Amino acid sequence: MSYPATYRYTKEHEWIEANGTAATVGITEYAQHLLGDIVFVDLPKIGQQLSQKSALGSVESVKAVSDVYAPASGSVTEINDALTSAPETINAEANTTWMIKLTLSDPTELDSLLDAAAYEQYVNEESTK
Amino acid sequence: MVDFGGWDMPVEYSGLLAEHNAVRTGVGVFDVSHMGCIQLRGPGSLAAVQRLLMNDASKLQVGQAHYSAMLTPEGTFVDDVVLHKLSDNDYLIVINAGTREKDIQWVRKTIGSMPSVHINDFSDMYTQIAIQGPRAQETLQKLTDTDLSAIRNYWFTWGKVAGNYNVLIARTGYTGEDGFEIYIPSDEVTSASVWQQISAAGQEFGIVPAGLGARNTLRLEASMALYGHEISDEVNVFEAGLGRYCKLDKDADFVGKAALLASAQAAPMRKLVGLEMVDRGIARDAYPVRSLEGEPLGVVTSGSPSPTLKKNIAMAYLPPDEATLDNVVAVEIRGTLAKARVVPTPFYKRARPSVVKS
Repeated sequence: MSYPATYRYTKEHEWIEANGTAATVGITEYAQHLLGDIVFVDLPKIGQQLSQKSALGSVESVKAVSDVYAPASGSVTEINDALTSAPETINAEANTTWMIKLTLSDPTELDSLLDAAAYEQYVNEESTK
Repeated sequence: MVDFGGWDMPVEYSGLLAEHNAVRTGVGVFDVSHMGCIQLRGPGSLAAVQRLLMNDASKLQVGQAHYSAMLTPEGTFVDDVVLHKLSDNDYLIVINAGTREKDIQWVRKTIGSMPSVHINDFSDMYTQIAIQGPRAQETLQKLTDTDLSAIRNYWFTWGKVAGNYNVLIARTGYTGEDGFEIYIPSDEVTSASVWQQISAAGQEFGIVPAGLGARNTLRLEASMALYGHEISDEVNVFEAGLGRYCKLDKDADFVGKAALLASAQAAPMRKLVGLEMVDRGIARDAYPVRSLEGEPLGVVTSGSPSPTLKKNIAMAYLPPDEATLDNVVAVEIRGTLAKARVVPTPFYKRARPSVVKS
């Protein structure tokens, strides 16, 4: 499992890639691995305002449902509609399969998130619990 | 994401979908050694079984098994079981893992004082391995000289399997597919050796080890009840739609009979139905079922995507007047109502094999 160094991560296993106020959000390799075969993705509406840590949608595998939370506050500018018909893309390419794009309202919120090394360490601790 | 569904057991090996599909189209092997087994032995064993279980064991022949259940005096479920008649004086009851301690206590309390019957908890002495799927017979046949094609559905025999003598080989399962369940000595060396030999024998048919996740989706497609979901000590036999396994007309006075005779006269309060999602969304265990106007109707007992049917299916309890085929209700999926239709069960029914001799 790999975690790109340019992303930031949450302990709830989302990744966010930001360039100024433009951000892209997905779930991590670890998350897709835990969930198993993903069969359903629920996404927000374009224009929806999200606050940090609020649910933006959900991802479901055959065995479990998991909420996905916004890593930072902002408004939804794009959703990855292709996931509705091909949710398994997340299993294949979690790092590059984005769920939503956001315009961040406060990019400094990203400072509270984990960098790749810290996230990887967190995941290693979680998976050996 | 914080909640991954509360699963803390290894529920899949190579992946739930691949495991599920292997069982439907080829063969899968399940380690179900967590299942318990209780032996009743002695000249009084039939009388004890007839008192303990709702089905009519006097109809069983030696080498035959059937689905049955232990009931509370109220006619609700202590556990559902598969009863095997080993000989005229010897019966084997296969019970669920989660209810094992409760079950053995219940058995002792219910029939412990009956004459001429010994109760043995064999749960720790045997490893149960299930080989399931259309290629299960070909797989297992490589490891035994016993003619498996001669074993009919819900019958069993003994044979040498993978080097072990006197292995109970039953044509039973919990997947809705053809297959076998075998009972081997539970020591690690024997269990591991048999497991590996089965895996090797099934290799040409694409055998995979299958976990509890696939076991659940397979049994749900086949509409087989799971204790704690469709059945429990709060659900009676008729509500669960299992009346065909409950023989109120058998001579023996089994636990629960009086209550069920009384409730057989009355209309059931609720009925177990199959649901198929009409709207987008997956019904999950314990989600509320409502009318389209939002009035509470019942609850989902098991719900999942169906890998075979490529639909989202569920079982749920509904009031009888809502339980009619094609009725449309709503499942509350985390705050949102999604339409679902009452459909016939089982959701999946395999084509019966013609190779089985009768």
